[in-house]
Amino acid sequence: MGIIDVKNLHKVYSDTKIPVKAVNGINLSFQEGEFTSIVGPSGSGKTTFLNMIGGLDTPTDGEIIIDGKNISQLNSRQLIDYRLNHIGFVFQSYNLIPVLTAIENVAFILQLQGKSKKERNKRAKELIDAVGIGEKLHNRPGDLSGGQQQRVSVARALASKPQFILADEPTANLDSKSTNDLLDIMLKMNKESNITFIFSTHDQRVMDKARRIITIDDGVVVKDERIDD
Amino acid sequence: MIWSISWRNVWRNKIRSLAIILAVTIGLFGGIFTYAFMIGMSVQRTNAAIEYEVSNIQIHNPKFFLNEEINYTIDNPNKLITVIEKTPGVKAACKRIKCPGMASTSVTGTGIVINGINPEKEKLVSKLYTKLIAGKYFEKGDKIPVVVGQKLAKKLKAKVGSKIVITVANVKGVITYGAYIVIGIYKTGNDIFDEANIFVESKGFSKLIGFDKSKTSEIAIILNNNDDTKKVTDALQVNFINEINKGKITIQTWEQMQPALNAMTSMMDIMSYIFLIIILIALAFGIVNTMLMIVMERVRELGMLMAIGMNHKKIFSMIMLETIFLSIIGGVFGIVISIFIVNYFNIHGLNLAVVGEGFNSMGYSSIVYLQADNLFYIEAAILVIITAIISSIYPALKALKLKPADAVREDA
Repeated sequence: MGIIDVKNLHKVYSDTKIPVKAVNGINLSFQEGEFTSIVGPSGSGKTTFLNMIGGLDTPTDGEIIIDGKNISQLNSRQLIDYRLNHIGFVFQSYNLIPVLTAIENVAFILQLQGKSKKERNKRAKELIDAVGIGEKLHNRPGDLSGGQQQRVSVARALASKPQFILADEPTANLDSKSTNDLLDIMLKMNKESNITFIFSTHDQRVMDKARRIITIDDGVVVKDERIDD
Repeated sequence: MIWSISWRNVWRNKIRSLAIILAVTIGLFGGIFTYAFMIGMSVQRTNAAIEYEVSNIQIHNPKFFLNEEINYTIDNPNKLITVIEKTPGVKAACKRIKCPGMASTSVTGTGIVINGINPEKEKLVSKLYTKLIAGKYFEKGDKIPVVVGQKLAKKLKAKVGSKIVITVANVKGVITYGAYIVIGIYKTGNDIFDEANIFVESKGFSKLIGFDKSKTSEIAIILNNNDDTKKVTDALQVNFINEINKGKITIQTWEQMQPALNAMTSMMDIMSYIFLIIILIALAFGIVNTMLMIVMERVRELGMLMAIGMNHKKIFSMIMLETIFLSIIGGVFGIVISIFIVNYFNIHGLNLAVVGEGFNSMGYSSIVYLQADNLFYIEAAILVIITAIISSIYPALKALKLKPADAVREDA
């Protein structure tokens, strides 16, 4: 049993003329400390799959068991709490709060968790330092490069001490250097702190660093490959 | 941090925020200015009515009002006045002989109300003597003096020194004439009053009509504070319970004597609130529109906030706070500007001489001293906050309907 167990997961979009089976019976298990890429062509269902294990979308059928709890049965309020306390998100477009500084963006999630000001500032600073932009603590997203913004986004995802981090195309908007720097940081976190990363990506550079590559097509897992160090 | 985010969000699009702040400022100023104008006008009218016309309280024979009949009098007025002047809250009281008559010059004649007064005592109750625009008030040695209103003087084509013949029915009902010399012309700002009322000395007038000096038609009472009118009236009604029960006198407040004035004051008060609420409703639509634009522009950001675990209550509060901040800034500016402008016109008056004649003909002064009490400013501020809260509900609900999975992938 892993930290995430997905059993016979289905997602059908019925609000179209012809119902679309975005995910069509996926069975997967993720172990703690994995660095996994989910790959597949556009429309293959990888984002839908990621959204469901991230509690952003609900399955039509099947189970997502995290820590022995089936999250597909949670209501929207419970899902918000679940996301806040168990998952870190890294988005393709960084999605930082533009009016907050780097440290405030990271501390914000800790405030949502009800942490004290002292505690959240200490942890936010540590994380910003850890992602290598300690000198940009008080810069707003608009004053940071794409790579720097995505590092803040990673720091924010780590802030809540999640069980795993879901990253949806995190390098899609980054140049090579920024991509490599970001992947190195995430690999370092993965190795040093045993944090589980699950990526949805098209980016070969991400796939090259991944130690497990799951290929999805037409809503089913067509390949699940583990790569040894 | 929700407060901080909301506050900073206000300034993300400065021009748009300033536009809505300006709209709230101008709208609120418009509402407060209108209120202060209407209240100022009605308070002035009320004060004028009390100071120059009816005083706070009047006592008459109950039948006097049938036709202001000269024979329906109050017995022993001096005795009553002694009791009245000892009543707490009373500043002064005086008696008047009052009856309808006719004033004529060589040019024309018109119906009037003749007020026979003791000029010195009258001065303690009425400030009419301060409203003379020509001539002078009564002085010892004046022969057959009369003080008339400007409107009447104009109508009779009379000026200071002109002779006016007063025709009146004496106590026996016989038509009597008396010639008077105009010594003063007053202008209260109420054309209706100025056109109808003339003032003569009661001493000579009572002789002319054969009026019993131990009686009077009217006792006018002025108080130290208008707010005490009801309290003093109640006290007088207790003091004169026997006279009232015997049907000898009736005591009335200015509100009872001038019900239209009282109704007008209440109506203006209500109208001001209605006007302010209409302005705020119009503003609410503007605020809703702006906040909807803001929500639509921030779909991805709101989706992200939901995705990372910000609950509905906090999202709702964030949007509501942003709306409240926008409105409060506008509200503060609106109130501050209003306080300055209302205070300025409270001291210097707003001169509406261009339309003065129209105002005067309705009984209102053409110089309006704006007036708004502190409570109204507080109420206006509360109304702005309520407007902001109501305006934020729809945009905030719209935000809550966003699906985080779709919203985070929305194009920027």
